[in-house]
Amino acid sequence: MNTPKGFKFYKTDEWVKVDGNSAKIGISDFAQNQLSDIVYIEFNKEAGESVEKGQILSTIESVKAAADVNSPISGKVLEVNECLSDTPEVLNEDPYENGWLYKVEFNNPSELDDLFDAKGYDEFCESRH
Amino acid sequence: MSEPTVYELSSEGRFSITFPSLDIPETKIPDNLLREDVPLPELSELDVIRHFTNLSRLNYSIDEGFYPLGSCTMKYNPRINEVTARNHGFANTHPFQPVETIQGNLAVMYILQEWLKEITGFVAASLQPAAGAQGEFVGSLMINAYHKSRNDNHRTNILIPDSAHGTNPATSNMSGFDIVNIPTDNRGNINLSALTEVCNKSTAGLMLTNPNTLGLFEENVLEINDIIHKAGGLVYGDGANLNALLGIVKPGELGFDIMHINLHKTFSTPHGGGGPGSGPVVVAKHLADFLPEPIVGIIEEGDDEIPPLYGFIYPKKSIGRMKSFHGHFSIIVRALTYLLMQGKDGLLEVSNHAVLNANYLMSLLKEDYTLPFDRICMHEFVLEGFWKDIEGIHALDIAKRLMDYGFHPPTNYFPLNVKEALMIEPTETESKQTLDRFVDAMLSIAKEARETPDLLPTAPHNTPVKRLDEVKAAKDLVLCCRFSDKHE
Amino acid sequence: MFIPHTDKERQAMLRTIGKDSIKDLFVDIPESKRFPVLNLPEGISEMEAYKQMSMLASANNSCEEMISFLGAGAYHHYIPAAVDLLLQRGDFFTAYTPYQPEISQGTLQAIFEFQSLIANLTGMEVSNASHYDGATAAAETCISSYYHFRKKRANIIISPFIHPHYIETIKTYLQAIKEIEIRIPDISKPVDFKDAIRQLVDKNTALVMVQYPDFLGNILDYSSVSSFVHENGALFATVVYPMALGILKSPADMDADFIIGEGQSLGLPLNFGGPYLGFFTTRRELIRKISGRIVGETEDEDGKRGYVLTLTAREQHIRRGKATSNICTNQGLNALAVSIYLSLLGKKGLKEVAYQCYQKAHYTASQIERINGYKVLNEQPFFNEFVIQCPSDVMEIQNNLLEKGIIAGYNLESDYPTRKNQLLIAATEQNTREDIDFFVNSLQEVTIV
Repeated sequence: MNTPKGFKFYKTDEWVKVDGNSAKIGISDFAQNQLSDIVYIEFNKEAGESVEKGQILSTIESVKAAADVNSPISGKVLEVNECLSDTPEVLNEDPYENGWLYKVEFNNPSELDDLFDAKGYDEFCESRH
Repeated sequence: MSEPTVYELSSEGRFSITFPSLDIPETKIPDNLLREDVPLPELSELDVIRHFTNLSRLNYSIDEGFYPLGSCTMKYNPRINEVTARNHGFANTHPFQPVETIQGNLAVMYILQEWLKEITGFVAASLQPAAGAQGEFVGSLMINAYHKSRNDNHRTNILIPDSAHGTNPATSNMSGFDIVNIPTDNRGNINLSALTEVCNKSTAGLMLTNPNTLGLFEENVLEINDIIHKAGGLVYGDGANLNALLGIVKPGELGFDIMHINLHKTFSTPHGGGGPGSGPVVVAKHLADFLPEPIVGIIEEGDDEIPPLYGFIYPKKSIGRMKSFHGHFSIIVRALTYLLMQGKDGLLEVSNHAVLNANYLMSLLKEDYTLPFDRICMHEFVLEGFWKDIEGIHALDIAKRLMDYGFHPPTNYFPLNVKEALMIEPTETESKQTLDRFVDAMLSIAKEARETPDLLPTAPHNTPVKRLDEVKAAKDLVLCCRFSDKHE
Repeated sequence: MFIPHTDKERQAMLRTIGKDSIKDLFVDIPESKRFPVLNLPEGISEMEAYKQMSMLASANNSCEEMISFLGAGAYHHYIPAAVDLLLQRGDFFTAYTPYQPEISQGTLQAIFEFQSLIANLTGMEVSNASHYDGATAAAETCISSYYHFRKKRANIIISPFIHPHYIETIKTYLQAIKEIEIRIPDISKPVDFKDAIRQLVDKNTALVMVQYPDFLGNILDYSSVSSFVHENGALFATVVYPMALGILKSPADMDADFIIGEGQSLGLPLNFGGPYLGFFTTRRELIRKISGRIVGETEDEDGKRGYVLTLTAREQHIRRGKATSNICTNQGLNALAVSIYLSLLGKKGLKEVAYQCYQKAHYTASQIERINGYKVLNEQPFFNEFVIQCPSDVMEIQNNLLEKGIIAGYNLESDYPTRKNQLLIAATEQNTREDIDFFVNSLQEVTIV
């Protein structure tokens, strides 16, 4: 499984990559693998909207499942990667780079401490099998 | 060659059905109301007969072969049902006709209500729900209404076992309840201590399928229902698996408060390629007033000379109407025909043989397939569709390969608490010969999985189409066809 | 009955299982509850069952034996012989839901064609595979609209001239969602709806729903209603009587977001009210928000065209607790019946039937108007149903006509308490001139002015 360092992870399989006081959010390789071929992404939040930790940012649909993307952090949405709608398969192929979903300016840095680091997330995934 | 669509077969100017010429003076229709064109195909009657005949031949069906679909009860659909349902005296009656002109219909409905109540051990019934899922919805709305009527407004959640059918949590959600999951223990029963822990004053009820989707009878059913009742909740029985219990036990005597019944499963009415079904609901005394309206009752008692006068009754605290009109009447006619022929003796034989057939198959398959719960099963059982020592073979592959042997696959990937589940329900209408052939096929596939594994992931090979690209379907979303340019 | 086992086979099977008798397989049932007495008759032969059911059927008077002018949501149209005979093919009616598409292409393509025929008939972009009936399709429309706006818009406005059963069903379905408010304007005339909604539509409105033609038969142009609704950011739905679309403009021209309705008149027998079929169409961009099965076109591994159930991730068997509907079925065989009926009638046939329904109804109306004391109340154009004011007690009139073998329409008072002695009269292509003249003459005879 591909778990890059420098990324933090939420227990519901989202990743966070911090860059200054904002962060990009996406879904992990484990998640995209579970879902298999993704066919549709619904974006529930727009740029400018505020978001609370745990709120649903997106719903991702594959042929065999539909899963919610929960926000690991609270803050304000800066950007939404809407062009993914045309090519949802990018989420399967490249979940950590081009498959980013949201860019959020976070307002509560302590929430980042609640997240797994790469190693911790790997262990968490192991324990689920 | 695939069969063209009706739009592709269409030929401009062709027609089939004619009508008598108009026998009355005509009124002009205002131009501004008229549509320009009706984009429907133009076909001859032979075109239509051939087209749909050819389509039908692409289908597998019970008439063709065995359908061991767990929790679907794919038993034989008797032909006599089709004859009685088509009697013009039934088929040509309008739902709003004056009651004195449709006493026959009301009698049919009343009699079926009585049979269903007696079989299941309940006191009141509604035949209105259109399908099992709608019956479930009725159940959860009634639970809600019951608690509210007693000013018990804190009952916010429904307990649902993790083996439950997907409609159970979906229904609870539709009814405004939160869902609390109850795990299954290693004997395939509900985990009793987990249940006791979560059951409290905010429990509106429990949705319980018995036998459960593992095909196992809840060994602690009396205790489970008691726990719920002591906490003030109600127990809803999902009647999908009733085929195991006819004449064996009455759910109403086990502590269930409400149950839905699937006429298209237990009582032989056809599946029709996905409907129409019928999902009557039966209830205990304390819930009778909440049934959907209307139900059928006797308005005036009869005597030796005169039959009773039947009519519609509106339960005092009804949750309301679930759909237009009275229920799926022609399905009700079929179910009653079946019940009359079975009688109380026949019904017992149905369950006896449904359970015999399932245990027979289980005994023959448990050596070569993993049986997660090694207990006597009811009318169905679950196997794991994979082998720990063979990589790359999944339940899906076994299912697809079975089609090459001329069988419809069992239910797969359900229930969720068994990995790569294969749920097998033979029903009582299958002979030992059919079951033996099915076992041979399953054992052959198990052998192939070891020796010639390529045959499985590439299956099916002998069907009208091979595996279909579901990702393409979901992405392209081509959901209808229209006339192509050349038909203009 | 229908159990093939012989004693020898039973014994062999029990030996394999390792039990002495079938009774031993039921040890898990609590002993005191096992093998209860069923207070029911013994089984009978097919011949006897046939006789008993025939006797029950003969206790009815059907619309074939009587002359019927009853509509109100279910219509007595002619169904060509080919429809039912095709439905009786075991490959269709004994097949299961098409979850294994490789061996269900017959069912799947038939549903795809159903979706196509309905989408084309209504003029909408997409159709699903059907709901139980028009009433539940209307209820599901309300639920879909509520979730479309992510529960942020929670009032729904419904015209009081939608079929009363539909309104009741919507109320039943929505009772558990406490946040939703159903607003029904208190108007006595359908034409007042467009003004009434100006008071009722606000930023919280998710959906406005009307019927076309409405329950009283009126054909109204809802274009201004539709614009107003859209200006306020809400969705607009019309319930439609599909036979009318054989000649009338579709509400798709009025920018409807949903067109739903009852498909019974497209090839399904009256069957005392069911099973029927709810068709459900919408715009493409709303397709993921709706419930119900949908079939999509695709290819197999060899590139051959085929069909599959698609967008299943929305449905109960995957979404489970997060699904917005628990619907598990469509009206499979009924959808097939509609496909066959529409294919047989085709462009020309449906237009002809719709035209005749219009003409028969208008002739009936004009003849009734000539009877002293009777008045046709519709101020708007109507299709095949209209309301008449009777000069005396309507129940007595109906009873007297019944004795002559005539079902004289539907009494409106139970649904609209101010409409005393008013009848809703429907005519179809099956009502001959003879029938209509007999009806009108009888009305005249039995009415005491």
